[in-house]
Amino acid sequence: MTAEAMQSPAFANIRAESYIFDVGAPERRGIRFSKADVPEEPLDNLVPPSFQRKTLLHLPEVSERDAVGHFTRLSQLNFSIDTTMYPLGSCTMKYNPKVNDAIASLPGFSHIHPLQPVETVQGALRLLYELQGFLAEIAGMDACTLQPAAGAHGELTGMLMIRAYHESRGEHQRTIVLVPASAHGTNPATAHMCGYTVREIPSLGDGSIDLAALERALDSSVAALMLTNPNTYGRFEHHVAEANALVHRAGAQVYGDGANMNAIMGIVRPGDLGFDVLHFNTHKTFSTPHGGGGPGAGPVACRAHLTPYLPNPQVVLHEGIYRFGESPESIGRVRAFWGSFGVLVRAYVYILAHGAEGLRQISEDAVLAANYLRVQLQDLYPARFDGPCMHETLLQATRWRDAGVTALDIAKRLLDYGFHAPTMYFPLGVPEALLIEPTETESIEMLDHFVHAMRAIAQEAESDPRLVRTAPHSAPYRRFDEVAAARRPNICFPGCL
Amino acid sequence: MKVPKDCRYTNEHEWAHRNGDLATVGITDYAQEQLGPVVFVDLPEVGAAVVAHQSFGAVDSQKASSELFAPLTGTVVEVNTRLADEPELVNDDPYGEGWMIRVHMADTHEFESLLTAEQYSRSIAANGH
Amino acid sequence: MSYTPHTSEDRLRMLSAIGASEVADLLAVIPGAERSEPLRLPQPLTELELQRHLRSLAEQNRHTLQLSSFLGGGAYSHFIPAAIPALSLRGEFATSYTPYQPEVSQGTLQAMYEFQSMVCALTGLEAANASVYDGATALAEATVMARNITGRDIIVVPRSLHAHYLSVLHSYRVPLRIVGDSIFPHFLFDLASGPSALDASVAAVVVPSPNTFGRLEDWCRFAELAHAVGALLIAVFYPIALGLLESPGACGADIAVAEGQPLGIPVSFGGPSLGIMATRQRYLRHLPGRIAGVAVDRDGKEGFVLTLRAREQDIRRDRASSNICTNQSLLALQAAMYLSLLGPQGLHEVAEICLRRAHYLAQRITSLPGFTLMEGPFFNEFVVRCPIAAEELAQRLLPYGILAGIPLGRWFPELADCLLICVTELNTRQDLDDYVSCLERLGL
Repeated sequence: MTAEAMQSPAFANIRAESYIFDVGAPERRGIRFSKADVPEEPLDNLVPPSFQRKTLLHLPEVSERDAVGHFTRLSQLNFSIDTTMYPLGSCTMKYNPKVNDAIASLPGFSHIHPLQPVETVQGALRLLYELQGFLAEIAGMDACTLQPAAGAHGELTGMLMIRAYHESRGEHQRTIVLVPASAHGTNPATAHMCGYTVREIPSLGDGSIDLAALERALDSSVAALMLTNPNTYGRFEHHVAEANALVHRAGAQVYGDGANMNAIMGIVRPGDLGFDVLHFNTHKTFSTPHGGGGPGAGPVACRAHLTPYLPNPQVVLHEGIYRFGESPESIGRVRAFWGSFGVLVRAYVYILAHGAEGLRQISEDAVLAANYLRVQLQDLYPARFDGPCMHETLLQATRWRDAGVTALDIAKRLLDYGFHAPTMYFPLGVPEALLIEPTETESIEMLDHFVHAMRAIAQEAESDPRLVRTAPHSAPYRRFDEVAAARRPNICFPGCL
Repeated sequence: MKVPKDCRYTNEHEWAHRNGDLATVGITDYAQEQLGPVVFVDLPEVGAAVVAHQSFGAVDSQKASSELFAPLTGTVVEVNTRLADEPELVNDDPYGEGWMIRVHMADTHEFESLLTAEQYSRSIAANGH
Repeated sequence: MSYTPHTSEDRLRMLSAIGASEVADLLAVIPGAERSEPLRLPQPLTELELQRHLRSLAEQNRHTLQLSSFLGGGAYSHFIPAAIPALSLRGEFATSYTPYQPEVSQGTLQAMYEFQSMVCALTGLEAANASVYDGATALAEATVMARNITGRDIIVVPRSLHAHYLSVLHSYRVPLRIVGDSIFPHFLFDLASGPSALDASVAAVVVPSPNTFGRLEDWCRFAELAHAVGALLIAVFYPIALGLLESPGACGADIAVAEGQPLGIPVSFGGPSLGIMATRQRYLRHLPGRIAGVAVDRDGKEGFVLTLRAREQDIRRDRASSNICTNQSLLALQAAMYLSLLGPQGLHEVAEICLRRAHYLAQRITSLPGFTLMEGPFFNEFVVRCPIAAEELAQRLLPYGILAGIPLGRWFPELADCLLICVTELNTRQDLDDYVSCLERLGL
């Protein structure tokens, strides 16, 4: 079937790929196992019949060939970093080196059990120990936990540590967390999850935090300020040191959201700016694959006064042996085991590949690329702020309002040009926002292609707005009716129940 | 923008319509237009207590989720169960089939303190509409 | 080694387009940027050096393909068909972003939908999300759900819950009522020891089966007890076991959670892992995390989108019940591939092999003098009481290349002589017999 045929209305209601449940036939198998090879006993003697399954198990029944065909075809319906540039602001979709995957797949890493005696896993523990140190150094802090499974999980961990810190000092009255209006939604959601009340701090016209408003909001009821730096406007908070000093003077702590660390590695360290605790996103800054939404890892670094509250256990080096150490003041575990080890191995390899100079070069190139896009696009897509940006540029698609062309339409049309959409309508409150982060790994030729595509779309928005409004046209699918999907959700294949 | 004269309103864009001790509550035409297509309405159960100015549920659109604030104090005596399967009624007929709850008022005087249609119209006009 | 493609010529071109003479001009806003000291990190390595260094680190670990491993306790080694790594390492899956642009993300979205459907099939519940971080955080999220659904506070948990899961619930500040002071010899959730444990303040009762000792618990009985006081039942399950054992949904559970790692995902030192969550249709709106649903595009073609988005943190912000953004997409995909390749028969076969071999080993070990087996039905993990401290026993079997099991004293001080032994289809008959011969050789 040709691509055109699949997209023609004659094939309406046909998916590009069948459900796995519609493939195969009863009793068809993808794999077989040998017998148990132990003396046969009636099953009922081993497990009481009341525990045994009586309901049918409606799983697919397919051959290996069926399954491989199905999942391979599914993969071909995806955009990915391996095939496409993702200019997604604040997501740092950089290239994911293949050596990382090769190393993480070594049996000495992928087939070790978390509860093996420590003397049988010294290589793994050394890796974790060194990575704790590398990340603490990059953050400019004193210690680091590798447990959190994602950025939001890191936020939760860091905020629980801050709460434990205040409680240890008897300061139970600190119930407020300050969050700038421009913050990522996970910040207020995390504070709420920790039992805090969220108070929003306005941003100034240049996207930076309003120091006067911050000062007014600070008193002995405030537990912490959560701050993303560079912020979600792609700007460095130039008053950050003053802001952090104000927070400390009020006895509160500063939580750093490290989502945008790719802009400042080796250039400035959050700890030196007065942040008390910070999470990294290894799947952003340290090139671990996004995997279509996970698994990631969200290590958390902190300064010495918060170290006792880090999740248990930490990897420690004691008399030449790497082992697990526990702190009595710890907030406890935040997941069952030590961390997303397979992800952390990749981050460790990436840091070793670059060293200090290499990491700084990454950040410089990321900033350079974003500014290169900014200057070539801002005549058609006005930049929200004058002057240089950090690793992402905040543009606005406001020019074609009268023609009814929006940021969403521009983003969808980019799919036709073979680029993933940028981040849209974020930060909140910036009309027709397009937040563009090219990262350091796209070549200048690719950046030029992107500029060309954006300029061509601007042209189309003038000459043929309908074309842009109805995009995409050449992607595997057109725009979906998400409202109907949410009103009457179908989230499980009916034959499975 | 419809603002029926026989209803009273809140600044949070709920309406209330009185019938003796009972008041029917929903969200205004202005609110549904601001929200866009409604995909889900989270409502209390019959028998629940609601308190004026406090949240009694939430209404979700594709891009936003808004809390619903009770215009009046009282007990929920009826819930519009059709909204579970047809949340679009909130968009299509906000003052009619899109009603949300019916409240047995604890104090009918409270109803009189709500905004009149004129006052509510002025308040949304002041918001730039 | 560096992955930035820019030559000095490229950088000059970009600088001149920007109108800057050097990158420092762009960084001028950062205090102290030009004075910053280099990070104290090791010198960079080439790819060849990286491979050599990391291989030597990997070789300092003794892995479960070399050793005879009887370790379970929350992470389980099962056979992984070759098709799974081959497919999941495809860049189109591994390096794609969260499927917010459904037009170009149907591969990920359909896999999520199929995964959710398979979780529903396994659990006998109607609504599953596309996964959370791991089994322990899935349980923590389930307790939040239960408290929101019931409007009550207390979560009743047994001491027979995995110690690490219990620690996570503490960290998440879940108000707990822990039940069951004495564990030995039944290793069961003993509600009788706390008759007042269930009352109108209880939001949910958490019942793992198999529990942390491998012992099967009777979900049906707990569902009745919980429902009688208006509380929910949260079942914690072992997905492989459900090839043979009745589903939590059929037993009356309201929410079911599990660690999904056994489904085709390597143990990998305990992570990344896969948190599975399912619930009744009526609680769907309380389910956290990403959910894929069927949608129709402009041409009328059926596909998938992330749906019910208004529950999530980026829309609800401080009113969201969870801050989670990610799921574990790539691992959910691996689990979906695993369940597809095995099908209902394959899953039953694996479960049966685990069960039979575990019972064979349990019977052989406890026929040795000084070893006794816990009472009651189990699946593939069981506790034996040893004639010496379990830590010491495990140490003495290590030179034979045997990871004998988990000494329970580290979690339950009163069980210092108890060893938790896990058997899967990877442990051959020969491995089991060797284990017993080694024990005999120790002459305890």
